[in-house]
Order: sequence, then C-alpha cells, then structure tokens
Amino acid sequence: MADHSQDLKKTPLDALHRELGAKMVPFAGYEMPVQYSAGILSEHLHTRERASLFDVSHMGQAAIRGEGPVAALESLVPGDLAALSDGQMRYTMFTNEQGGILDDLMVTRRGDHLFLIVNAACKDQDYALMEAGLPAGNTLEVIEGQALLALQGPQAATVLGRLAPAVRLMDFMTSEPISIGDIHCIISRSGYSGEDGYEISLPGEDAERLARLLLNETEVRVAGLGARDSLRLEAGLCLYGSDIDETTTPIQAGLIWTISKRRRAEGGFPGAAVIQDEIENGAPRKRVGIKPEGKAPARAHTEITDKNGTVIGEITSGGFGPSVKGPVAMGYVKTEFAKPETAVDLMVRGKAQPAQVFKLPFSEHRYYKG
Amino acid sequence: MSMKFTKDHEWISVEGDTATIGITNYAQEQLGDVVFVEIPDAGKQVDQGDDTAVVESVKAASEIFAPISGEVTEGNAVLEDAPAIINSDAEGDGWIFKMTVSDASQLDELMDADAYKSHLAELE
Repeated sequence: MADHSQDLKKTPLDALHRELGAKMVPFAGYEMPVQYSAGILSEHLHTRERASLFDVSHMGQAAIRGEGPVAALESLVPGDLAALSDGQMRYTMFTNEQGGILDDLMVTRRGDHLFLIVNAACKDQDYALMEAGLPAGNTLEVIEGQALLALQGPQAATVLGRLAPAVRLMDFMTSEPISIGDIHCIISRSGYSGEDGYEISLPGEDAERLARLLLNETEVRVAGLGARDSLRLEAGLCLYGSDIDETTTPIQAGLIWTISKRRRAEGGFPGAAVIQDEIENGAPRKRVGIKPEGKAPARAHTEITDKNGTVIGEITSGGFGPSVKGPVAMGYVKTEFAKPETAVDLMVRGKAQPAQVFKLPFSEHRYYKG
Repeated sequence: MSMKFTKDHEWISVEGDTATIGITNYAQEQLGDVVFVEIPDAGKQVDQGDDTAVVESVKAASEIFAPISGEVTEGNAVLEDAPAIINSDAEGDGWIFKMTVSDASQLDELMDADAYKSHLAELE
C-alpha cells in the first residue's frame, strides 16, 4: 500500500499513541489516533462514565494582540467578544459575505489579547483570513509547538483536581493559566463531548509527561478521534466540513444562540445582512437531529424525504450512538419539517427507512454548572 | 472443504451444495466494533461480486460482496440483535449468509488459507 505518512505532520504525543496501540489515520494533514486497542465503543462509553484523554494537538492555536483585538476579531465573527470578561471563552464562527461559515472556533479573552483555537483542516485559511482582514494595529500570532489535550468525562474534575486543585471550581467556558508541577498550562473548562471536562494547552515538549500523569490516574483511559466524533454527534455538536460549511449560515445551523442581541442589532461581521434577514424572516432550512426508527445507521449524504418520497434534505453526520445504543444522525431539512417528532424517511441503500426529527442533543449535556 | 478467502477479506466455506460466507478475523479487526449488519433475504439471486450484505462499524459501512454466484438461502438473523458476534467470532458464529453454489469453478479462483496469509503479509 502507498505510504503517505511522510507527508503528514505528527503531534507531540505521536510516540505515546503508538505505544498505546493506536490505529493511526490521516486527518487534516496529521497522523492522528482514530482509536486505541479498546475500540471506539468502549472509549466512548468510558468517557461518558468516567474520563478520557484525547490528543487534539492538531488544532490551531493563535493569539490576536494589538490596539483593539476584541473589535478587530468582531469584524470577522458574529460572536459577542466585547461581553467576555477576562478568562471567559466563547464559541463562534468565521463567516463569509453570504453568511456561510468558514470555520468554527473558540475565543478566550486573556488579559490584553484574545486566544483562539481553530480547526486543524481550516487553520491555514483562518490565519490568512485574519492576516488580511484584521484592522491595522492588530496582529495575529500563530502559536506553534503547543500541544492541546482534552480530558473529558464526569470524573475529569476529580482527576485533574488531584493534580491542580484550582480547576475544580472553574466555571464552564472559562480559562486560567495553571501550572501542574513545573508544566505551564492554560486550562479551560470546556470540550466537545457534551460532558464536563477540560482542555489543556501546554508546551509540546511537556505533553507526553502530562499525558502519562493523567493516564496514571485510575479513572482515565485514552480515547481517539472515533470516540470524539460519536460523542460530539450524540451531544448534537457540529463538525466543521460536515454539519456546517460555507453554504450553511449560523441560523440554518441552529447556532443563533451564539449571536447576542447587540451583535444581531449592530451587525458588523461578514454576511451580517443575510444573517439578520434570516433572524427576522426565518431560514429556508434548519439543522435538526434525526433518529432512525430501525437499527440501520444513516451516514452523511443520506437523502431525507417526506412521507411522500419528496426530498426535503440530507444527513450531514450519522452513525451509531454508543450511549443511545442505536443509530443517531443530524442533517438539514426544509424548515417546515424541522419540528421535533416530524416523521420522515431516510433513503439508505435505496430503501426508505422511517425516522423522526429529534430535538438535540441525543445525550444530555452534563457541563459543570457550579 | 476448508475455507477459501477473497481479496476483500471474506471467507467462504462449502459443505455439500451450500456455501457459508463471512468476513475474516483480519477484516473485523480493521473495522472495529460492529454495530449493525444488514443480512440478505433468502431467495435473493446474486452474481459473483454483487453487494449482498452490509457490515457497519461505529465509523463506517462496508459492503459484503458475494464471493460466488448463486441464491441466498439464509441470512444469519442472530446478527440483527447481536452484531458484535462478528468481532468475537468472525470466522465461526459470525457468519453472515449462506448461499447455493451455481458454478463451482468460481471457487477455484479464490485463495486458500496459505495464499490469504501471504496476501495479508503483503498488506503489512
């Protein structure tokens, strides 16, 4: 078989992944662990029951500094960054002039600058967008060499709290510089599994040491991108490139909650007119949960039809939900079909399989509420 | 007779007029946790190479091709409720369907155990 591994980048945990029996796959230009010897099902369930460690070092980390980083970045995203207090973070997206989504990202206010985490597959494009689009007096600093670990699950706070007691009382979606021994970390209470948990940015050279410390705790096991995907799907969270892209607006994607009153009123981000119009008059289609009634999973690009066989949309993410113990999916349907419990059909291998529009998430969020 | 194998990592075992088909242990390892199997209905006529069943892991769906031509006589209904049997016993209780053998010469084109072993070694 062709060996493309030389073209792919490795994360600082590459050697550890291999030692732990990871199955490595190409993902967004990196060699990444899709699963370890336990397998996706077991890694997924362990995350919901206890805590799992994920390597997400492929994601892009960057800072915006200068005269007015908040106003500067607000010119490119609809998120309300001015409302962030120091250490608070927010989920938002880069939009284009048509209101489509160029990438989704996390933005944290940290003292005089903003800290960003963007998708691996989009990072070069995001950096170019910011280089070109940030108003004069503000500069983008791409942070190279930092690793990013995610510790996710109901016991994440207990585990990480043993190593760094300060993390226990951190609010959801806040971030603090915290040292674990001599390792300088920036720890946020956040993640993409629907569970409580943390994301830890730290120097790449310290990543393996911290990963081993965490894996030494009895509650923690390692988990790969496969489990990360099934966890976020059950949690109803969007995967960029599948559930959201340049052709979907934040309103169609059900992400209106990420746009505050002030930003809806003021606009001032790319595609504001389109997005404001959809807020006012409704969007032609909506992202919804889809629950197949049978056992067959419906994968991305499966056609969704009404009960008369007319196509009304398409699945964008779909598979088996290990915690749901059955198939789960998300997709877009014409807005008149977006009400939960609407009966639809999914065209799986040429056969209509009955399904229902389902109010997301499939697996209740269990974020830390204090 | 003993088992024969295809390049698509399926096994076929013929007893009398009936062939039993499944995926190899190597295939189940590659797929990971099997969460759904679509078994064919008895009576389905298939030509060699036709999509005949589907095995789905958490991540993806894989087509199972008919290794020979014939008529499906039985799908392994146990897999509908217990698809993970493919992970625990791919080359035994995890069989997927049984079929008639319409042209025994098609079996000669398939690999025996040693040839399949060499085939796997090339994939390493």
